[in-house]
Amino acid sequence: MTAKLLYEEISSIERLSERIYMMRIKSEHISKSSKPGQFVNIRCCEGNELLLRRPISICGTDIQKGTFDITFMVKGKGTQYLSQRKPGETLDIIGPCGNAFELSENYKNVLVAGGGIGIFPLLYLADMIRHSNKCSLIGFKSSSEIVMLDRFKTCSNKVGVCTDDGSAGEKAFVTELLEKELNGKIKWDIIYACGPYEMMKKVHMLSAEHGIKCQVSLEQRMGCGIGACLACACKIKCRGSKGWTYKHVCKDGPVFYSSEVIWE
Amino acid sequence: METVKKRIKPDLNIEIMGLKFKNPVIAASGTFGFGREFSKFIDPGLLGGIALKALTLEPREGNKPPRIAETPSGILNSVGLQNPGIEYFLKNELINVKKYNTVIIANIAGNSISDYCGISKKLSATSVEAIELNISCPNVKEGTVFGSTPEGVYEITSRVREVCGKPLIVKLTPNTADIAKNAMAAERAGADAISLINTILGMSIDIHTERPVLNANYGGLSGPAVKPIALRMVHQTASCVKIPVIGMGGIMSGDDAIEFILAGASAVMAGTANIVNPTLCYDIIMGIERYLSDKGIKSVKEITGKLVMN
Ligand SMILES: Cc1cc2nc3c(=O)[nH]c(=O)nc-3n(C[C@H](O)[C@H](O)[C@H](O)COP(=O)(O)OP(=O)(O)OC[C@H]3O[C@@H](n4cnc5c(N)ncnc54)[C@H](O)[C@@H]3O)c2cc1C
Ligand SMILES: Cc1cc2nc3c(=O)[nH]c(=O)nc-3n(C[C@H](O)[C@H](O)[C@H](O)COP(=O)(O)O)c2cc1C
Ligand code: FES
Repeated sequence: MTAKLLYEEISSIERLSERIYMMRIKSEHISKSSKPGQFVNIRCCEGNELLLRRPISICGTDIQKGTFDITFMVKGKGTQYLSQRKPGETLDIIGPCGNAFELSENYKNVLVAGGGIGIFPLLYLADMIRHSNKCSLIGFKSSSEIVMLDRFKTCSNKVGVCTDDGSAGEKAFVTELLEKELNGKIKWDIIYACGPYEMMKKVHMLSAEHGIKCQVSLEQRMGCGIGACLACACKIKCRGSKGWTYKHVCKDGPVFYSSEVIWE
Repeated sequence: METVKKRIKPDLNIEIMGLKFKNPVIAASGTFGFGREFSKFIDPGLLGGIALKALTLEPREGNKPPRIAETPSGILNSVGLQNPGIEYFLKNELINVKKYNTVIIANIAGNSISDYCGISKKLSATSVEAIELNISCPNVKEGTVFGSTPEGVYEITSRVREVCGKPLIVKLTPNTADIAKNAMAAERAGADAISLINTILGMSIDIHTERPVLNANYGGLSGPAVKPIALRMVHQTASCVKIPVIGMGGIMSGDDAIEFILAGASAVMAGTANIVNPTLCYDIIMGIERYLSDKGIKSVKEITGKLVMN
């Protein structure tokens, strides 16, 4: 699990939609040691203009071929730089970083709920859960941003898709699909969620109402990505007079039980 | 035929404040933690020294996130001195950090002069090699109050000096009218060295949310963006004081470090560099060695302040 500083070769890059790219990167170390929920921290410039690494979730691995995948949406200069890379070029990467989702053979029925770029780590997760009944609920802004749907279908027993504008799947939020599943017949053992803050907060509230365990993967702006600079703070419950403390997304997370998080 | 100059292995050792450093590159406070995380990437024993994350009397939670933003060739931070407090450090971290074969500098901060004195007293009884007085953090209100005027610098430095049994470094803020005057005040008050610069107060705005990126609104700018300002301030300071100057601000390479040394620094610190790449300090050391070796200079000490002004 230990993160290393690596210079790894890009083996392929594919444009999945207007702004979303999937990149396959050769890395013995990361393909062997990573777990769903972990991320890599990538340098996104050659000189010193963009100093901060960009955290991107690991979206899958191929241990035989010694590769791992990332999928990212172009947002600003860093992800744009990544989108313009070519196979054969090398990237300066630290990884695998952070902790992982907790998997257990005891979880017979699992719900996976993702919104937007939050679905990428969840695909890796759904893929690695082998012995459970899996229902994946994924939400996008609109049909033009739908990616990875087939892959979710392959590795889940059921998939629910929704868009904010109704251009594909149901016109709904992921949390509405989730509520329906929670009110259905199946007794769910755990919910795994990743997506926008407000979505995860709602997922947490639903999980609490239904008394179901829930793990979320948080986002925060990062510096070092290795737990030293203390930039990526998040409020987590603890014993003591205040009842909370600042933990760090890059080291203590990104995955937390939603019941530990102080939602604001 | 041209005669090839015999390459020599230059001497990187320096001695300042009565302490020996194996090379002049020290990890800057707040960017290297207490060394634990970095030790997985780089042997801290390769560094000249480590300035630890700022310590306060009581534990501090620091500021609300977001605490970091990227600006052109720079970063803005508003971590706000999050730390577990001096007692926790002495009990749980000191033993570990002392295992690294390098000079350990404790960076201290507080709300009042008596806070600074209290921590200094406690640290004086330990094995840390030196104390760096952080009277310049822009991310908390109190610190800069002491650090921004010569009178303030003099008062806090002299009071800490009375109780401090270790070499004392005073770290200056660039957010001030005349940094050289503050440096001279620290020297008069008994400081053993000056370090500068801490971060420059700055701001970054998200035009879509129409709000500052940092939750604290303002934050401290560091990285290559501040280097020209830092160099000028190090030069002005080194020209005015006799005690050694430790220069920092945007050092990312051996060549950057050489600029600071020529400007008058006896040693340098690198902060943002560690955040960019956990092994960059080592590259800086190697870069200094290469420069000296290429020039046939025997010791890094020879070039401190060697700058010729136009
Ligand atoms: C643990 C983790 C995993 C992530 N996984 C993925 C993923 O698999 N796919 C994907 O497309 N995106 C992912 N993100 C979000 C991704 O890091 C940002 O979209 C990216 O950093 C934006 O960089 P930029 O230069 O394009 O944008 P800019 O807005 O120009 O970036 C400016 C600065 O803000 C930071 N920043 C901006 N947005 C975010 C954000 N949402 N989270 C954290 N920092 C941000 C950048 O890192 C950079 O330092 C993840 C974020 C985290 C924290
Ligand atoms: C994330 C971060 C945290 C910092 N924390 C401290 C601190 O606790 N105490 C301190 O004296 N300086 C602190 N600094 C300032 C640095 O030690 C250094 O003075 C400054 O960043 C300029 O050097 P650089 O450009 O090499 O980073 C911090 C800087 C950064 C970027
Ligand atoms: S990014 Fe530095 S501690 Fe998390």
